[in-house]
Amino acid sequence: MYKYYKKYVPYLFLIPAGVILVLFFFIPFFETILLSFFDYNSNIYAPTFVSLENYVTLLKSPVFYKVLLNTFIYLLVAVPFLVVFPLILAIMLNQKIRGLTLYKILIYLPVIVSIVVAAIAFKWLYAQQGILNYFMELFHLPAVGWLTDTNFALYSVILVTIWKGIGYYMMIYLSALMGVPKDLYEACEVDGASPLTKHLTVTLPHLMPTIGLVSTISAISAMKVFVEIYVMTKGGPLDSSKTIVYYIYERAFENLDLGIASAASVLLLVIVLVISIINFKYFDDKRYQM
Amino acid sequence: MKKNKKTFNIKGFYTHATLIAVSLLSIFPFLWLLSTALKGPDENIFQYPPEFFPKFPTWDNFAGVWKQIPFMLYFWNSMIVAGFTVLLNLILSALAAYPLARMEFKGKKITFYAILATIMIPFQAIMLPVYLIVLKLNMVDSVNNFMGFLGLILPFAVNAFGIFLMRQAFLAIPRELEEAAFVDGCNVFQIWWKILLPMVKPTLAVLAIFTFIGSWGEFLWPSIVLTKKALYTLPVGVNDLQGLFSANWRYIAAGSIIATIPILIFFIAMQRYFISGENEGAVKG
Repeated sequence: MYKYYKKYVPYLFLIPAGVILVLFFFIPFFETILLSFFDYNSNIYAPTFVSLENYVTLLKSPVFYKVLLNTFIYLLVAVPFLVVFPLILAIMLNQKIRGLTLYKILIYLPVIVSIVVAAIAFKWLYAQQGILNYFMELFHLPAVGWLTDTNFALYSVILVTIWKGIGYYMMIYLSALMGVPKDLYEACEVDGASPLTKHLTVTLPHLMPTIGLVSTISAISAMKVFVEIYVMTKGGPLDSSKTIVYYIYERAFENLDLGIASAASVLLLVIVLVISIINFKYFDDKRYQM
Repeated sequence: MKKNKKTFNIKGFYTHATLIAVSLLSIFPFLWLLSTALKGPDENIFQYPPEFFPKFPTWDNFAGVWKQIPFMLYFWNSMIVAGFTVLLNLILSALAAYPLARMEFKGKKITFYAILATIMIPFQAIMLPVYLIVLKLNMVDSVNNFMGFLGLILPFAVNAFGIFLMRQAFLAIPRELEEAAFVDGCNVFQIWWKILLPMVKPTLAVLAIFTFIGSWGEFLWPSIVLTKKALYTLPVGVNDLQGLFSANWRYIAAGSIIATIPILIFFIAMQRYFISGENEGAVKG
């Protein structure tokens, strides 16, 4: 094809986005790594190079150990639920039933509403004399300190993340389900297969890439959780609901411990990188191929 | 035949029962918040058993919280931030996507992979240096409101997800169109503006709507950079309610409801974009 543009033109188009990406992605990325080798704790205006000391401090710290553990519990509880449950809902909604649009709107609603409002709404449900404890009483169960008991706080917060994510992943599944060839289902029905067999033999194989995508996105979002914790528990009680982003926030912006915050950030980067690479390797996405 | 119909109905019953239950669970936290906001001082909001429908519903809490919190200011701040974030994302993504989809140039491969790499960098892991850079560039509200808004908007002015979304859209357009336009005397910028952009309007709409929702709900970044209430966006203002009315759950509930109304209207108006199931491209990876 005839080149209808001058040699420098492609760069002109790329420059505006390039400036933003360099300024707010690439430089901060390398600066995070750089800062993680410095000690800001002694004197914030005169940081000293300490090589890997921040990492050693982190890995020795019982609080950080707790934080990592909480983060992985978050991942292990939220991801399976967000992969499986929205899929079941999507399969239910992928048929001609009454009230289809209304169901979709209502289930999608939590996705749209600000997470701050959602967290406040749940804080109110979780109150000591709140409605959730009333239901506990109805079933003759003891009242629970949903956000104040170290055994419950983390799971109470995870529930909000799950509740807010269901509609989002359900819509991803629904659009993937539209791509499953209808004649395969018809063939199944001719063979007299049960609905369960139908979904196991037709739906699941077709949805494997989508299931991979949902696993990745939900895992990365679980790693990045912040607002739910900030609004509901501030990481407490006794660090029991503190996960890695909240820890980074606290170190960086409350304790001004930039070195430690950056070392924790690098660990977060590494974990997210590993999850993304697994995704790229096993579930190729046509959007990201040259 | 008769038996078949019966089993079908049972299956339909379970489907509807599940969907109704999930729908109710999805909206219950908001309904309970609304119920609390409508209860006056004479009703005990902590009583057992709880009263779902207020005995004497009143708007007093809404009026009271409205008087004390400048919701309209927060609303316009959110509009400015979300509006310009959307506008910049559309322009910058569409600009960068064009050469990536259509042109050959030195360093194309490395540019492509460099942009792709940013997808794997979560903002939460780099927010501290981003903050330091914004400080260095004086883009904070302590300088003036304009710089404060710049600091809120610019770090989110473009991202890899938007660029790749637009690139996919450009790739679907037949090349003959550009050649014909060139022969007709269009320059390269006119080809982009007059020929290509009108053809990717649906994708631009999807990008605009999802960027808007993301920007509108953003809390972490504004709560880090903002120091003045004059620039608070709605989520920051709502979070502030908790401190201002510590135990007054009627006011906190009413304020949260008020702050949710704009996005609710937006959602209802744009619902087909969210629930049509044809927005596969809008999935943020």
